Amino acid sequence: MSIYRSSLVQLAKGLRAGEFSSVELTRSLLERIRVHQPQLNALVSVTQDGAFAQAAAADRELAAGRAGPLTGLPIVHKDLFCTQGVRTSCGSRMLDNFVAPYDATVVARLKAAGTVMLGKSNMDEFAMGSSNENSFYGPVRNPWDVRLVPGGSSGGSAAAVAARLVPAATGTDTGGSIRQPAALCGVTGIKATYGRVSRYGMIAFASSLDQAGVISASAADAALMLRAMAGFDPRDSTSVDRPVPDYVESLERPVRGLKIGLLKEFFEKGLDPENERRVREALAVFEKLGATLTEVSLPSIALSVPAYYVVAPAECSSNLARYDGVRYGYRCKDPQDLMDLYKRTRGEGFGAEVKRRIMTGTYVLSAGYYDAYYLKAQKVRQLITSDFERAFAQVDVIMGPTTPTPAFEIGAKIADPVTMYLNDIYTIGANLAGLPAMSVPCGFVGALPVGLQIIGPHFAEQRLLNAAHLYQRETDWHLRIPAGYE
Amino acid sequence: MDREQIETVAHLARLELREAEIPVYQASLTSILAFVSELDRARTDGVTPMAHPLAGLTQRLRPDAITERDEHERYQANAPQAEAGLYLVPKVIE
Repeated sequence: MSIYRSSLVQLAKGLRAGEFSSVELTRSLLERIRVHQPQLNALVSVTQDGAFAQAAAADRELAAGRAGPLTGLPIVHKDLFCTQGVRTSCGSRMLDNFVAPYDATVVARLKAAGTVMLGKSNMDEFAMGSSNENSFYGPVRNPWDVRLVPGGSSGGSAAAVAARLVPAATGTDTGGSIRQPAALCGVTGIKATYGRVSRYGMIAFASSLDQAGVISASAADAALMLRAMAGFDPRDSTSVDRPVPDYVESLERPVRGLKIGLLKEFFEKGLDPENERRVREALAVFEKLGATLTEVSLPSIALSVPAYYVVAPAECSSNLARYDGVRYGYRCKDPQDLMDLYKRTRGEGFGAEVKRRIMTGTYVLSAGYYDAYYLKAQKVRQLITSDFERAFAQVDVIMGPTTPTPAFEIGAKIADPVTMYLNDIYTIGANLAGLPAMSVPCGFVGALPVGLQIIGPHFAEQRLLNAAHLYQRETDWHLRIPAGYE
Repeated sequence: MDREQIETVAHLARLELREAEIPVYQASLTSILAFVSELDRARTDGVTPMAHPLAGLTQRLRPDAITERDEHERYQANAPQAEAGLYLVPKVIE
């Protein structure tokens, strides 16, 4: 099998067996990136020199018998994670010249584990978007059909894995930004429980919702990556001090008796009928494996998108106040005075959607509106969280579609923000409640992949990865590769 | 949202808008606010507002000890304008 089609697990075996070196693997994937990047625009930086240095170091570890499970394996990081000495743009003109002076904890951990960073992936500016059309560096294209969006905001990571430019990538998910692009690109994505993976060095969008995760070809590879990323970090005040289970060791546990909740509200109007059939076929596979299906209802879930579009912009308006043209990042030319410096720097440095969210957030937090919008949204957030708690008293996991439809055309939804926001109708609930959630490829609508979403209670990543892995042993959707990239 | 409200919000957010951007944000913020006003339908009497997804988690404190090194030179390498360890901005006091 071609080297680029191999999973992380297979590549790790090949490295250990001496079938190829990490330097050879790195060279081969960099060449593949060189060929396909112009069409896909999945990456914003390729870090060739650093990659070869890391690969050579990994080969020395392998030769010395000191290699860990990830030693020598190539990945890319979403360009939202700070990478020391490497431009960290967050997809924005504001940070186009920003060279991070330190590594995010996720980056540091994966580096210490011996991974080789090939580059940084494209994304919606400051992770705000569901189509990857909001990047300062231009849209990412979906490898299944380059006229279509890959989803967002981790669209570069998802497209890169789907086209097998790299076996795995990091991502972040504030309202669906790992799961939605994973579904639209036919790859596997997991967002961890809030507090499970450190947010230190992750450029903040909405601090009570942001969480890191993995995009990879399979659940087994996601388990390998997440095991290295998760865990307590004193540098993140919301990091949870709780042991990380061995996600890899538990992958093969039988799911007989697993109680699956079918979320009634996710199968109502708005869901593409073919997409629904693919999800129901996936559920039948779980039944065959001995799981049981029960319908569950989350009465307040319909309000998750409106609640999110108050809470997330409010937190974004506060977090993005730091971009002032003084300490780092973009600065406007010839400012007349301090106010002019602030206003033109921000007016010129941020793109249209980021400005829209900053203004929405500023409005909902402003005097006289706070109670009507922000406080109300926080109460609705509590209702949604309580709905999930009640559901998880009855079932072990909740399953449903990741998205209402497969990928759509570039330009189709960009003019109407509310239509665009509704792409995340099934994913936002997990963020509001801080729950771990996955998307797993479950078939095709026409020629386009769609995803099965699996949501678990807090800290149930192990259960999600286990269920997804057993599903992937029964199916081969996750092994399908878009035409032109085989 | 009328023009004046957009200009006020943009000022509060320290965003300079081009003339052509104003009607675009007027339309989109109006539709976003109409959309989020669906929240009014929810009955939330007696519901505690949720600020954080992990309820019951208390803010951790750390010992009052110095853990970071002074690295201002490295950090200021990213500054648009810095001199003698200071960040430069347009004159503030006449």
